[in-house]
Amino acid sequence: MKYEAVIGLEVHVQLETNSKMFTRVPCGYGKEPNSLTDAVVLGLPGALPVMNLEAIEKSIKVGLLLGCKIADTCKWDRKNYFYPDMPKNYQISQFDQPICEGGEVEIEMPGDSPAVMGKHRIVQLTRIHLEEDVGKLTHFENDSLVDYNRAGSPLLEIVSEPDLFSPEETFAYLTSLRNSLIYTGISSCDMEKGQLRCDANISIRPVGTEKLGTKVELKNLNTISGVKNGVEYEIKRQIKAMEQGEEIFQETRRWNPEQRYTTPMRSKEMAHDYRYFPDPDLMPVKIEQEWIDKIRNEIPEKPFDKQRRYMDELNLPYSITSALCPDLKLCEYFEEANKLAKNPRKIGNWVVNDLLRELSAGSKDETKSISLNDCPIPPKHLAELVELIENGSVSNNVAKELFPEMFSTGKSPSTLVKEKGLEVKSDEGEIESHCAQAIQDDPDAAEKFKAGKEGAINALKGKVMKATRGQANPKVVDEILRRLLSN
Amino acid sequence: MSESEPNPMDIDYVSNLARIELSEKEKEKFRGQLGDVLKYFEKLQEVDVEGVEPTAHAFPRYNVWDKDTAKKPFSVDLALQNAPKSRNEQILVPKVVED
Amino acid sequence: MSSSALVEKTAFDLSHLLANKEVSSVEIAQACLSQIDRVDEQVHAFLHRDDQDFLAQARASDERREKGNSLGPLDGIPVALKDVISVKGQPLTAASKILQNYISPYDATVTKKLKDAGAVIGGRLNLDEFAMGSSTENSAYGPTRNPWDLNCVPGGSSGGSSAAVAAREAPLTLGSDTGGSIRQPASLCGVVGMKPTYGMVSRYGLAAFASSLDQIGPFSKTVEDTALLLEIISGHDPLDSTSFPTEIPSYSSAINQSLKPCVLGLPKEYFGEGMDDEVRNAVNLAVEFYRNQGHEIVEVSLPTTDLAVPVYYVIATAEASSNLARYDGIRYTTRSDRAQNAIDVYAKSRGEGFGEEVKRRCILGAYGLSSGYYDAYYLRAQKTRTLIREDFNRVFKEVDAILTPTAPTPAFKFGEKSDDPISMYLSDIYTISTNLAGLPAISVPCGFTKGNLPIGLQLIGRAFEESSLLSIAHAYDREHKFGCVTPSLVKE
Repeated sequence: MKYEAVIGLEVHVQLETNSKMFTRVPCGYGKEPNSLTDAVVLGLPGALPVMNLEAIEKSIKVGLLLGCKIADTCKWDRKNYFYPDMPKNYQISQFDQPICEGGEVEIEMPGDSPAVMGKHRIVQLTRIHLEEDVGKLTHFENDSLVDYNRAGSPLLEIVSEPDLFSPEETFAYLTSLRNSLIYTGISSCDMEKGQLRCDANISIRPVGTEKLGTKVELKNLNTISGVKNGVEYEIKRQIKAMEQGEEIFQETRRWNPEQRYTTPMRSKEMAHDYRYFPDPDLMPVKIEQEWIDKIRNEIPEKPFDKQRRYMDELNLPYSITSALCPDLKLCEYFEEANKLAKNPRKIGNWVVNDLLRELSAGSKDETKSISLNDCPIPPKHLAELVELIENGSVSNNVAKELFPEMFSTGKSPSTLVKEKGLEVKSDEGEIESHCAQAIQDDPDAAEKFKAGKEGAINALKGKVMKATRGQANPKVVDEILRRLLSN
Repeated sequence: MSESEPNPMDIDYVSNLARIELSEKEKEKFRGQLGDVLKYFEKLQEVDVEGVEPTAHAFPRYNVWDKDTAKKPFSVDLALQNAPKSRNEQILVPKVVED
Repeated sequence: MSSSALVEKTAFDLSHLLANKEVSSVEIAQACLSQIDRVDEQVHAFLHRDDQDFLAQARASDERREKGNSLGPLDGIPVALKDVISVKGQPLTAASKILQNYISPYDATVTKKLKDAGAVIGGRLNLDEFAMGSSTENSAYGPTRNPWDLNCVPGGSSGGSSAAVAAREAPLTLGSDTGGSIRQPASLCGVVGMKPTYGMVSRYGLAAFASSLDQIGPFSKTVEDTALLLEIISGHDPLDSTSFPTEIPSYSSAINQSLKPCVLGLPKEYFGEGMDDEVRNAVNLAVEFYRNQGHEIVEVSLPTTDLAVPVYYVIATAEASSNLARYDGIRYTTRSDRAQNAIDVYAKSRGEGFGEEVKRRCILGAYGLSSGYYDAYYLRAQKTRTLIREDFNRVFKEVDAILTPTAPTPAFKFGEKSDDPISMYLSDIYTISTNLAGLPAISVPCGFTKGNLPIGLQLIGRAFEESSLLSIAHAYDREHKFGCVTPSLVKE
């Protein structure tokens, strides 16, 4: 029998805010342990929560971006369970009135080659709710240590329907979701810093059947590749179990990325009786249409919409748009340069090939690129370079040499051209003498051209260019040679 | 619930849920007392609450929030001053059995 | 002025004496300390004292006054706090073993307001552990005794706060009231105690029992003193999302304006069975007083009255089971030595650190929220709570205040109810509904039994209309001043 996997993803995203979800202590990563706390974060006697407006606005923004229904009112509930990383032993979350319901994420599967667009599909979302993050536990051989710096940071949980059917789709979903979230400035989604974390609900069923199989919750999927590998492993494990006639238990398993397998977590402590009830310390949130409309105006174009527009309106090839569009900053750079140069294909090429190369090579840390914010080439310099090429002021080859220098010095292309004496020479007198010399040196080629062999002129041109070290304006050279040879 | 019915509360389950260790003697005592209390609560089941909105707050309001301005946190010393055990600026707990 | 004379003064009088420089704040503080030295071994209102800090605050107040920088009527007046209200650098035990070593790293909002007003904050007052109880017998550090009869309870949970005022150990104290925990002990100790409207006084820094019901409020000898203290501690607090944004008038001046004729309601359900005859007689005399003053007395009905106790215990225990989860032996509470792993830390630290009533209520609360029972208990209780609120709303269309006894009986003996939770719960039967409805209510001493135990009259007012409630209460108290009678046991 053939089996197919059915996967639903729960993605936790840390919202980027100055202060925590329910108190005004700063959020931060990599700070001294327990240096970002106060009475509320530590759950001291008498501490009370106060909502962070920014976190609510950002959640609405995500909801609008993903086409969710934004709740008219939502409220806060306490999810009660004991764990050392949770100061109050309840987590303030949203149980039955989440801030967003429904919604969808467009995904793209890999195409036949990197230059070809893959198949697109819509993945349905169940809901999005806002909650507070927990602290961080570090385990040692005999004991564990707790740092509450992360505790209380605003955390968005995005829950998909069981609407993914392979590890590849899961990967595509996560990639698309991550791009959208970074687009809106909601979060940097840095998985290394725990800003994006993921659990997967996985079941299998015989192909062609509708009924969902027994669901296994997979935790500790903390890198994008971890998600793909973990899901892939778990599907294989379940299929194997099924084929061997074993029962699949509803359980929670952990992905062990080093050993690359999943193991069951102790089920006794996972009794899911969370005793949810409305948090009496907080008032509900009412979201008026006016507010939603205001936030809607701040929503950027979605990555795939932008890509389609670039392909349709600007006639850009997929290979360029697929590199541009996942990165909003890069798109903004492209658009700014293109506004000046009005040559999308050339600008696009320079951005996705040369600029990206320089950005990643330019950083001392090999694993990281220079951020576009710190890019030494402003868009107008790139536009200028493309214009110089187009009007024949510099040759393509010279431009390719100039670009790394523009990057390292921050100087404009025209400044560099002047400084280095690289401007194209159009002085007709000087060029004419080089041309005459070339005809004299290669009478054979001259004769062939005169006899009607058009290609022979190139040998003469080459000589002129060599003599002028490539700086002669090719158009002028062509004109003069033709004039001299027509006599 | 008639008088012959036993206390419906599974005291082992609920005390584990509340993470409170009880002695056998306490369990016995609580079983009786809480059984009486639950019986006393029975009169709630007779109230007609059809269509009645629950009260979560005596004077409900909406949108009580704060602007996202960070303020000064506790110093690490203050954060840990009451900790029963700590090491390396962190709270020390016995080994958490990974679950 | 002699020390014994000073401790019998009201805060209002002390304030005048200070203003006229007839006494210093240090002298008042010393008078309180010597009274505590003299009587607290028997009364046991205090769990903790910090005499040096107390006297230093008094000295600072005297210096301010000397320089003409007095901060107002409360500057230099001692106020002692129930041991659930945070004061930076001071212990907060909530009368629980689990918090025995805890020092608060921050001030509650009321503490800050008191400090800003120049009050001299001293001592931590006893209570039922985590405010769960009606007798102060549930303190892990031993009960408080009633200054009128040391064999009787002072009421609870704020028994230390009421006993300290009755025993003349502090002119003013603060307590907290979740189901009667200010008014019932005030009644049993013969002092004034008030629970403000929910949201009037910030709960920030008050160790929570039941968040949707808890309010901090004052104890004093007179209604006038309560007004004085209430206007200092009230007001909107951005750190408490349930705090209500409303203007705070000067209650102490409002109560001295002439009172227009009012309509006072007597709920028939409150005057039924279970009420002690002496209590009934004393309350009836107070009713007669109001009638003679030209106020109209009407009978009203609050049909949901008998539902209040079960609704209260479902809601309060549910909230408490969650609020008290933080006391777990991990970050700041006492950790059990027997714990082998992290899961053990919870169950053992809580099993060892909590007293019996706290365990009982946390378990009851967890049950009411647990899977399969939520709708039948918690949700149903919340809906019934709506009916109770609606009852009061309806009655307050006809009356300006509701008049009832505060407690069905005077102070009872130690051990009398401690093994019978339901009968203990019923001692709050007249006070609980107002917490569920969020309304302000005050207990005013209205006489004594033949056995010389105090009796309290409860007045319940409209939401956020503290001025009116205090004025009505003051009209009676001004003429009777039962709270100014000092128990002979604590008299020098």
